Amino acid sequence: MKRFEVVDRPLNIQDYIDQVLHAGAGAVTTFTGHVREWTNGVRTLYLAYEAYVPMAEQLLAQIGREIEERWPGTKAAIGHRIGELHISDIAVVIAVSSPHRKAAYEANEYAIERIKEIVPIWKKEIWEDGEAWIGDQTKKPEPKSSSNHVDGTEEK
Amino acid sequence: MRVYYFAGLKDISGTAEEQIEKNLGTVEELLQWLHRKYPVLQDKSYMVAVNEQYASMDTCLQAEDVIALIPPVSGG
Repeated sequence: MKRFEVVDRPLNIQDYIDQVLHAGAGAVTTFTGHVREWTNGVRTLYLAYEAYVPMAEQLLAQIGREIEERWPGTKAAIGHRIGELHISDIAVVIAVSSPHRKAAYEANEYAIERIKEIVPIWKKEIWEDGEAWIGDQTKKPEPKSSSNHVDGTEEK
Repeated sequence: MRVYYFAGLKDISGTAEEQIEKNLGTVEELLQWLHRKYPVLQDKSYMVAVNEQYASMDTCLQAEDVIALIPPVSGG
């Protein structure tokens, strides 16, 4: 497996932990984003994710490099799943190791925020009576902010 | 050049990708041409990638370039 990858199969959390674990790591944080059933009162049946895979993997690796620069001593691994995902499935796994826990927590949160800003992955929500691509497509993108984007897979 | 469409933009173009054999020197010229072909595209917000890198309106294009229209992302 690659340390930064987009895959069309279920994600195994341990694979990403194994990628970042080493003798100098005193902490590993893992984040998993899951498919949520209810968003703003609307019930999701399932999500369909698509990606521009080669570019998405490059940008996930870029996020990894940003993390390792901002928090020296950290190491990150990120996997994002595409295709049809059902309620509670894991859409994204982020593992970050660091010598001490604080950097691992901070860097992990930074990674999910950056994914939502720059990585070309899209989700479509499929409801009982319709469907829609998520991500406001009438406003100008704001690469520094994810406020335009509706979250579909994680708690705010 | 090859043009890829993603997510909702694919519904507008009716295709995930197409080959465009036009002499379009910059991203801006390509978008002007695409907006004539797909008028609804003008109302949409998207970024443009050239050869898997985010590009600007004045980025120069070559015949063999791969262009992607990237609507607001929603991963995670």
